Amino acid sequence: MTKVLELHGITKRFGTLTANDDVTLTLAEGEILALLGENGAGKTTLMNILFGHYAADAGTVRVFGEELPPGLPRAAIEVGVGMVHQHFTLAGNLTVLENVMLGSEPLTRARSARGEAREKLLQIAERFGLPVNPEAKVRSLSVGERQRVEILKALYRDARILILDEPTAVLARPEAMRLFETLRDMTKEGLSLIFISHKLHEVMAASDRVAVLRGGKMVAERKTSETNPGELAELMVGRKVERPVRHDHKIGAPVLIANNVRVEEDGELRLDDVSFTVHTGEILGIVGVSGNGQASLGGLLSGLVHPSAGQLTLLDEDIGHLGPRGMIRAGAGRVPEDRHAEGVVGELSLWENAVLERLRTPEFSRRGFVRQGAARDYTSGLIERFDIRGASPDTRTRLLSGGNMQKLILGRVLTNGPRFVLANQPTRGLDEGAIAAVHAELLAARAEGAAILLISEELEEAVALSDRIQAIVKGRLSEPISANEADPQRLGLMMAGVWKENDNAA
Amino acid sequence: MRLERRTHVPLHLVVIAPLAAIFTALLLAAGLIAAAGVNPLTAYGEMLAGALGSRLSITEMLTRATPLIFTGLAAAVAFRARLWNIGGEGQFFVGALVTAWIGHSLGVPGWIGIPLLMLAGMTAGAALLAGPAYLRLRFGVDEVVTTLLLNFIVILFVGLMIEGPMRDPLAFGWPSSVPVDGDFRLPDLIPRTRLHIGLLFAIAAAGAVWLILARTVFGAETRAAGLNASAAAFAGISLPRTIMGVALLSGALAGLAGSVEVMGVTAGVTTTMSPGFGYAGIVVAMLAALHPAGVVAAAVFVATVFVGADAMSRATGVPSFIADVIVALCLLTMIVALLFTTYRVRR
Repeated sequence: MTKVLELHGITKRFGTLTANDDVTLTLAEGEILALLGENGAGKTTLMNILFGHYAADAGTVRVFGEELPPGLPRAAIEVGVGMVHQHFTLAGNLTVLENVMLGSEPLTRARSARGEAREKLLQIAERFGLPVNPEAKVRSLSVGERQRVEILKALYRDARILILDEPTAVLARPEAMRLFETLRDMTKEGLSLIFISHKLHEVMAASDRVAVLRGGKMVAERKTSETNPGELAELMVGRKVERPVRHDHKIGAPVLIANNVRVEEDGELRLDDVSFTVHTGEILGIVGVSGNGQASLGGLLSGLVHPSAGQLTLLDEDIGHLGPRGMIRAGAGRVPEDRHAEGVVGELSLWENAVLERLRTPEFSRRGFVRQGAARDYTSGLIERFDIRGASPDTRTRLLSGGNMQKLILGRVLTNGPRFVLANQPTRGLDEGAIAAVHAELLAARAEGAAILLISEELEEAVALSDRIQAIVKGRLSEPISANEADPQRLGLMMAGVWKENDNAA
Repeated sequence: MRLERRTHVPLHLVVIAPLAAIFTALLLAAGLIAAAGVNPLTAYGEMLAGALGSRLSITEMLTRATPLIFTGLAAAVAFRARLWNIGGEGQFFVGALVTAWIGHSLGVPGWIGIPLLMLAGMTAGAALLAGPAYLRLRFGVDEVVTTLLLNFIVILFVGLMIEGPMRDPLAFGWPSSVPVDGDFRLPDLIPRTRLHIGLLFAIAAAGAVWLILARTVFGAETRAAGLNASAAAFAGISLPRTIMGVALLSGALAGLAGSVEVMGVTAGVTTTMSPGFGYAGIVVAMLAALHPAGVVAAAVFVATVFVGADAMSRATGVPSFIADVIVALCLLTMIVALLFTTYRVRR
């Protein structure tokens, strides 16, 4: 097979950090190459060098045999390299066609060739199996459709090599699977693809070949058919990482009970007669495609939104009307969905974030003054106990990696001895090592008798951790099933809302 | 070229930023001075001599710095919590007016009356900012607009009062309010100068504000709410209560500025008693990077410009409005300087 792309000996340093260290990589025509690595392994830097956003300190980039001048994105575009960024670069108030044309026409041209452009776009969409309505406003499109527009944008500029940076980060599982099918079809049209990922199951499902980066170095290349997720995980992390396993144990008495709870926000019904029970020493998993009411469920159990009907009780106490502080006092611990937006104040130090929820308790304040010594000692304890790396109590929290930030949040929740824990998407965006650590902490809390409600979009995670699983669809919850009876097919049906038909049949 | 966020802002940059901003502002203003036909170096020399050249001029400058410390603290406290209080000028005047009104006929000894009058001025300033804060929390009304417009309303109201009910019959037709009783005049810090013990109050206020912001639960909650409102709400910090608390503190500090100015300097209220202390407080707060200790230093600088500009004007004929230009330029250059302390420029 012909090599369409060759990166040779790429090295790139930022200050003292070596982001890429003598990396060599090739791509063959019609191939799907997965670039696998943990956050910070240098994947995105490497692709930015290929695309000309950065100039490498050493090494060469050859596309179709010709060497690219460094640091010129236009040169990369001209020879047929297209990049689809993780965060979309689309103008919401423009149409699909306008977004695709943007920047592809010379500014000096008097009249834009809309008709021709439309023709070309439709032709490309047809050929690559990416149907779009050119006149639709981007703002009105779903996330999956927007991504399609991003890909079309690259193809419109005659890309023959496409780079996708974490293309599934914003997609739900079915959308992600559809994307990979589309990508597979596109290679039959002669395209070559590189996609960046840290999700093993995606890499296994969608790629021909895998290149693994670790600490800026290329540590391994494998044919996908000749490797397995275990080996890839080990290569990626550099040591053997195994996610901890849940062992069946005896479940205790009910702790948190929701009885026909309704939640309305902005005049819309978000949770519709939801009932569930979480017991001592149990993890109840709530699975579902994002946007089906998980946010409201999380808000409800965090004390941020309140039921308009039904009862919510924690250890027989009615908690439906309580705010965050009341919830904590009642024995609830809360891990928010979005670490950066809700979990921590990035500009504050670790110790300030560690005690933020309990600033007004006697443990951390006296006569209106913060007991800084007590707070710092407490935080030092968290850092040690929860293995938060590269930080002291006075470090600014935004400097922590996602995994360490999550450990801080888990630490502040779990050291409080909560009877109930809400874990909302606790491993989203984390790398393999951090996921294992978070899972281990949740299982340890379960073993100590906490009742845990896990909201997750990752099926593997929900099945591995949960004792029982319920699916959330359009604000309604399915009946719980035992995790031991859960297979992907059954869960897939539940997430599609098929349980109701089963009920009728029974 | 791109901007990259610094992981850590080194201390020397924190100190250099305002100095560089001031230097740049003076450089830009030098162009205007040159345009007025005067050598900028001569002009700045006169300015420095006018503000710091003699014992008297130094005390004059410190007298001017006193209300600036209060209004600077008022702005710093509010801005830290992202409450954009542009109404320091109005709060200054209500504090002054209430002090003169009560202080004219209050029949208690000075050592009781002075603290009482300060409290009255603080209450008036706090009350004036409570309204806009409530409107923002309840209806989402932009406080920049409401506080700014209130300034004009308050100054017109002051004019009404000193032409009418509070007119001083002994002022020979000068539009001035009745003065505070002699018992409530603040003692001089240095005899035979205008410098009064209000300066010590202002420095103590800076210390108190630092203590509140850095050490109390209220300060910690304010910081969290100002930096990330949704994380603060998730942690159970009540945003309305935090914003209202900040508004009361900020308004009280600006009101105190007016109260102390009346008891320390003017005795009665006139519409011209403030050369824009409330607005200049915003510049002071920004130059101080919203830090209470920095506020004291920045207030001294702005007072130097104000007092020095008068002397420069007398000596060289450059209009003393150049002081307002320099102070305003400082705000702009400081905002640019802050960009460079937060970000690093990368090629």
